[in-house]
Amino acid sequence: MKKLIASIVAGAALATAGVSAASAGTLEDVKAKGFVQCGVNPSLIGFGVADEKGEWSGIDVSFCRAVASAIFGDPTKVKFSPLNAKERFTALQSGEVDLLSRNTTWTMSRDSSLGLMFVGVSYYDGQGFMVRKSLGVSSALELSGAKVCTQTGTTTELNLADYFRSHNMPYEVVAFEKNEEVLQAYEAGRCDAYTTDASGLYAERLKLTNPDDHMILPEIISKEPLGPAVRQGDDKWFTVVKWTLFALINAEELGLTKANIDEKKTADNPEIKRFVGVEGDFGTGIGLTNDWAYNVIKGVGNYGEIFDANVGPSTKLGIARGLNNLWSKGGIQYAPPIR
Amino acid sequence: MAAGDIGARSFGGRAAAIINNPSVRGLVFQIAFVAALVWFAWDIADNTARNLQKANIAAGFGFLDRTAGFGIVQKLVYYTEASSYGRALLVGLLNTLLVAGLGIVIATILGFIIGVARLSPNWLIARIATAYIEILRNIPLLLQLFFWYFAVLRAVPGMREKWTFLGIFHINIGGLHVPRPVFADGAGTVGLALIIGVVAAVLVARWGRKRQEATGQAPPAGWIGVALIIGLPLIAYFALGRPISFDVPVFNDQGPILRRGFQAGSGMTVIPEFFGLLLALSLYTAAYIAETVRAGISAVGHGQSEAAHSLGLRNGQTLRYVVIPQAMRVIIPPLTNQYLNLTKNSSLAVAVAYPDLVSVGGTVLNQTGQAVEMVTIWMIFYLGLSLLTSFVMNIWNRRVALVER
Amino acid sequence: MSTMASTAYVRSEMVGPQKAPPSMIGPIGWARKNLFSSPINSVLSIVAALFIVWCLIPVIRFTLIDAVWTGDDRAACAQASGACWAYVKAYLPQFIYGRYPIDQRWRVDIVFLMLAVALVPMLIPRAPFKRLNALFLLTVYPLASFVLLTGGHIGLRGRFLPDDIVGPGPVRFALEFALVSFVIILLVGLGARLLGLRASQSGSAIGIVLGALAVVFMVVGADFGLVPVETANWGGLLVTLVVAVTGMVASLPLGVILALGRRSKMPVVRIASVTFIEVCRGVPLITVLFMASVMLPLFLPEGVTFDKLLRALIGVALFQAAYMAEVIRGGLQSISRGQYEGAMAIGLSYPQRMRLIILPQALRVVIPGIVGSFISLFKDTTLVAIIGLFDLLGQIQASANDAKWASPVTGITGYIFAAMVFWAFCFSMSRYAAFTERRLDRSRRG
Repeated sequence: MKKLIASIVAGAALATAGVSAASAGTLEDVKAKGFVQCGVNPSLIGFGVADEKGEWSGIDVSFCRAVASAIFGDPTKVKFSPLNAKERFTALQSGEVDLLSRNTTWTMSRDSSLGLMFVGVSYYDGQGFMVRKSLGVSSALELSGAKVCTQTGTTTELNLADYFRSHNMPYEVVAFEKNEEVLQAYEAGRCDAYTTDASGLYAERLKLTNPDDHMILPEIISKEPLGPAVRQGDDKWFTVVKWTLFALINAEELGLTKANIDEKKTADNPEIKRFVGVEGDFGTGIGLTNDWAYNVIKGVGNYGEIFDANVGPSTKLGIARGLNNLWSKGGIQYAPPIR
Repeated sequence: MAAGDIGARSFGGRAAAIINNPSVRGLVFQIAFVAALVWFAWDIADNTARNLQKANIAAGFGFLDRTAGFGIVQKLVYYTEASSYGRALLVGLLNTLLVAGLGIVIATILGFIIGVARLSPNWLIARIATAYIEILRNIPLLLQLFFWYFAVLRAVPGMREKWTFLGIFHINIGGLHVPRPVFADGAGTVGLALIIGVVAAVLVARWGRKRQEATGQAPPAGWIGVALIIGLPLIAYFALGRPISFDVPVFNDQGPILRRGFQAGSGMTVIPEFFGLLLALSLYTAAYIAETVRAGISAVGHGQSEAAHSLGLRNGQTLRYVVIPQAMRVIIPPLTNQYLNLTKNSSLAVAVAYPDLVSVGGTVLNQTGQAVEMVTIWMIFYLGLSLLTSFVMNIWNRRVALVER
Repeated sequence: MSTMASTAYVRSEMVGPQKAPPSMIGPIGWARKNLFSSPINSVLSIVAALFIVWCLIPVIRFTLIDAVWTGDDRAACAQASGACWAYVKAYLPQFIYGRYPIDQRWRVDIVFLMLAVALVPMLIPRAPFKRLNALFLLTVYPLASFVLLTGGHIGLRGRFLPDDIVGPGPVRFALEFALVSFVIILLVGLGARLLGLRASQSGSAIGIVLGALAVVFMVVGADFGLVPVETANWGGLLVTLVVAVTGMVASLPLGVILALGRRSKMPVVRIASVTFIEVCRGVPLITVLFMASVMLPLFLPEGVTFDKLLRALIGVALFQAAYMAEVIRGGLQSISRGQYEGAMAIGLSYPQRMRLIILPQALRVVIPGIVGSFISLFKDTTLVAIIGLFDLLGQIQASANDAKWASPVTGITGYIFAAMVFWAFCFSMSRYAAFTERRLDRSRRG
């Protein structure tokens, strides 16, 4: 009876893209409807942002496309839901999105009390500060007594309080609802400093009138491992998303790129053979086809390519690989092997 | 046989009568309605409980005792990052009351002035008032709020500079910096003296009115009242050896740049978010109040002011003694609505970082995930405030209402 | 004597009326009367004139004289001390359509055009076909707009029939719909029989409703070959109008029901209506929107989700319905008792009384009130920007921070532009409300 009423209510409400019936699992649902619904940041350059034509780009966006490639062999079979900080978790919990790929910090409380499951870390970030160069400050430790602008509803606010308290420095926080307002207030001079994840600072700095008048302080005051998250309790879907991330990293390690994967496909390297699905049944094991990883790389490129194209040194953001480099090259990006 | 027939027919008739009885039908309908409502509520509660359980969120208000961990820029009571969520909400609640209370006072004064100006015989003044009303009423408040907030921010000097008024008021982008009263022992007595002074002044005013009604002569009750309100606390203040001192804000123009300007912890700072919000709320609501006032004054018959003029009252006197008291009866009910609107609109604070109840509550909601509890708190607060305001305004309304003989 | 008589001067014709002294007529006279009638007034006038000049000069300087009208990016406005209209020009399409795909924008244009074509004759008192027009605006138009804007072709899959009888899809949905309709008609017929009404009549009434629903489902489920456009890509004026118009259309019937409920003789219905109305009117819209965006998903059974825009629409419609109910209640109260009693005396049932006698009169009286409440709704749509939808204000705010156009004056220019748009809409609506009010007053007096 309840189902019946729900169906009538849902039908009558004429939910546009909305009404979706849950069945056995997310992977089956996604396959049935033919696309991945992905929650992304609406306005963070380099992570999730849409241009004037509605074309999405960014690391998080590319990850969504990678998942679509793994499942369908087609990176375009994905729809994006722009989410703000406040509503992102509800959107995932309620099934509005299948996957949350929105520069979200992996914390224990989010695992324990928000019903999320992080598949890994797609970007190692940390909270930093941006200040005016004219302030003559070169370290966050000199920010005693500063007025700090930030966005409400994030871990940022809490880290900020912890940092200033632990260093016994007085401060004042001005917390806005939306990024646009934070930036406007900072630009107007309401605050001495602007704090958010360092990657975000680089992105926001671009939007200032004179980006060169502002600098990002070297201190990183928190660990912000950003990663994609899925709902708890659906191991199959979790595995698919998790291994998509690992595939991106493994591909870089194996030297497979979007351009060369077709020619390397035939190489005699057993690791590559397993990767592209010539050897073994790894794809079918997680409910996909055996060439799933090949499709991922063919669709979006490897982790390094995604990084370089969206935030790397050659982009406007100009962020160095740093921690996000492969473990073999001085970073800490590391993926379990496909075998 | 015949008797049975009649009995059967009357029974059928009675059944039909019961079915056709409007009160019975009403009852059936109401029972069905309640059943549907209960089922609906149960369904929602059931879904919510299941969803919360799935998300591992414990229902209930226990989270209010947990440590908040975030800072708030304006607090009227003691609050640090180590205080509880409950305390944070209290801070937000007081901030809402502060901005709403002040907003109501300013909007009322401004609204009355503009409402009267709109009826002014002076063409220019009337036009300015009309333009003011038509412009402000037809632009969304949120837009005005952004405009004022960022306009204020852009207009005032930066953090390391200041404008000074009257020697003690300093303005810069950090806000309005004024001396902060520091209360020592005995300050309570001064406060008590102030309260006694106000009460005494009210009593004197009453006595004065009675005296005027009885004898036709008005004693200078107003002056006595003012003397009482100012004098009593002053006497107490000096008698107790000045228990209240002032902490003057310090302006540094030396040292590292960050350390220049006003520092937190010296003096009292009224933040620009508060000004932006207060300005937007009062200006917007004043436009509505002005229209209310104009309608109220227009509702007073023309004969009233003509009669007052022929008695020799001047324009101002006519307005004050004849027109406004009668107009008040028309004005008060819609005025109550405007006050409630202003209070509700103060929730837009969330857009300009003023930490009101909705803004702080939003942060708490986000840190804890206790959506149901937070929304409940919001609803209870605003509903309570609505009921309280209508209650107070009803009492006042009854006082000024026409006494029918 | 005679000489005297002859010299006596008697005017044989009247002196023509003299022109009033120049100081009493014309601009000078007008000024004397309206601006300088007394010393105080003179001072006031001068102060007011100075005040106007003081206000207007910076505004004109900023918006016109110092403004930048042409340019391709921020370089044009970086040094400007006036408004950056070039930025508005570059972003105008986004302000209207949001991120709606460029090659699909003709669909939005059609929706706007249909609204204008249907609404204008509706607003002109003398234009014919009011009923037909209203019917179009309340039924065909929303449906057509829905299909045009979203692309239609909703995947109806059905829900409760087991998969092994019919696979999920439109067929199963149609089957289920027919089944449920059948049960409902049966129940209603039975109930009517029990209450001594004619079963066929009630049955056909409910049949019409269900049939209409079926048509709706058919239309939204049909594939018109339109590319689907997600609501996430809607924005700007489009979202503002969608929220305002939907809120309005949905709140009217809800408001009528609530208003009737509030005046009902049945205590339970009355209490429920009063509670709903007062709760909605007692809380700020923003809390209702927060509730719709973070709490509504918790209320729904697992797996059922609503689009974000739809959630906001539900919140706005319920909120608006409470205000609408109060407006309509005012109209109901203005209908004299005699009308109710007369309707009762000729034996009309409650629905008939309301439908035929009371509501037509009451709704006519409250037209200005409805327009007024629509104005507030229109202004309130800006609040959806706070929950992250891109209405006109949200879109403008987002674009002001675009790296391509960021400059000190971009933000303020955006706000001024938004203010002008909203003002133009709201002011013309308030003029219209005043016009209908005067017209009503006349007709009531005459």
